[in-house]
Amino acid sequence: MFGSHPPVRHMTIDPHQCVACGNCTYVCPMGAIYIDPVRKRATIDRDECVECYACYNGLSQEHLNPTLVRTVRRLLALVRVRFDPEPDVCPTAAFKPDELTWPRVVRRAFSDPRVPHESTGVEGRGTEEVKTNDVTGRVKAGEVGFTIEFGRPGVGVRFHEIQEMCHALAAAGVAFEKKNPVTSLMTDVATGTIRQDILSEKVMSAIVEIKAPVERIEQIIRLVGEVEKRLDTVVAIGVGARCDERGEDDVVAPILERLGYHLERAKTNAGMGRATRPEREPTPGMVKA
Amino acid sequence: MTNTLHRFGDAESFHDDFIVFAIASKGNNDQDALPKLRRFLEIAVEYKPVNLGDARHGGAFRPSNSMNPVAHWKRDIKPDFAAVIRGLDTATTCAAVFDNRVAAEDFVKRIHEEDFGLSVNISTSIEGAEQCCHHAGLPRHSVGYSLGFEGKTEKLPNSQVLSLSTMCGHGMISHSLAQKMIDLVKEDRRTPEEAVSCLARFCSCGVFNPSRAKRILEDARTKTK
Repeated sequence: MFGSHPPVRHMTIDPHQCVACGNCTYVCPMGAIYIDPVRKRATIDRDECVECYACYNGLSQEHLNPTLVRTVRRLLALVRVRFDPEPDVCPTAAFKPDELTWPRVVRRAFSDPRVPHESTGVEGRGTEEVKTNDVTGRVKAGEVGFTIEFGRPGVGVRFHEIQEMCHALAAAGVAFEKKNPVTSLMTDVATGTIRQDILSEKVMSAIVEIKAPVERIEQIIRLVGEVEKRLDTVVAIGVGARCDERGEDDVVAPILERLGYHLERAKTNAGMGRATRPEREPTPGMVKA
Repeated sequence: MTNTLHRFGDAESFHDDFIVFAIASKGNNDQDALPKLRRFLEIAVEYKPVNLGDARHGGAFRPSNSMNPVAHWKRDIKPDFAAVIRGLDTATTCAAVFDNRVAAEDFVKRIHEEDFGLSVNISTSIEGAEQCCHHAGLPRHSVGYSLGFEGKTEKLPNSQVLSLSTMCGHGMISHSLAQKMIDLVKEDRRTPEEAVSCLARFCSCGVFNPSRAKRILEDARTKTK
């Protein structure tokens, strides 16, 4: 999946640069950065870090002299005065991306939204879902597309937890979306088995995409609900439906409401898209488990 | 861009939150999409968005990698739409965020008239998106519903924090930073505008809604969780 590209870099904090201001401890979505009380430097918990680059990309960087900053901070601390810097600044540009190797590279692929997934070429979580349904025709009338997302918001997930859900879905005979980053990491789509060497890797979030006939909505939602009780993370379900020619959905929404969901928000495809390469094969669809 | 789907809040709380995004389908219509996407962003500016962005380079609030120390006292907290348009160099998802329905409706109608052939989605309350489509004379093609958060929800923070942090569904705005901004506003150490721009700089695709965030921060200043 990633072999043909140069190594991705990953994150370290240069102890010679860090002044332990603590700003980065707040910006880490996984809470993986802390000030080591002995070293007096910001430190990254490697096991919890998902390589999202929020620290490196999100913090503005100054390039102050670290010795000067430490001295000033020490003097101010002596009189119990605390400098009040901008909260989104690393005063000494201490974050340094370093080399990242397999399997850790999957952390960044599923956590840094600016890096497109190589399996789909799509940024973010690497999925098109019903966003391009007007072009791909992926979800048709009488069908429903599920996006089952793990780890968001701000909790994270390890692949062995995703695999547990995939095993259950595969056993129920659902079809996994072929053009999906998680599916591309399966060694056996029939059983929903994900490659062994990444099962312990933690990522910000990942989406499993499946499609099913409308009649199976309740069964699948109940199945997901059962499995998620065993997982140590949060799950966000999206349900995609094709509207009729009047633009109405009189099929899926009523089922979801009957199941007790209060539908507040949706992503609505306005139907403006069209394929400009009609000679191409239709977008690959689902892989039957 | 499922990152816009699972925003925390009820339908009423999205009355000032309309995200309109254009996306090309890989292998189907992405070959000539770049100039269309750039035009999409340029047109959006005419309708006074509150944020603009692309999935590769980020939004209209951006961090600096060479910040001057003096900037601590005179930080620019205004969105830079021109930088977003200028920086678009690949056919990725482009988004415009509006804080009122009229602007979103008019923008969707205009984009329909431009006929780019790209997929255009509206992420907001179900009713709000319906009205945008109706205004443009478009029947909805497909709908992706959010069923909210399930599983170990005890790991999630309070509703104020969640309302702020989920405005970057990619998770780039940490719960801790959102809480810190609420605290700074409560303590009157930062204005809501300053806190909003700080949060927005972490959003990596420009769908963060600064108007809604400002409202949430103003509420959080005086209300309990």
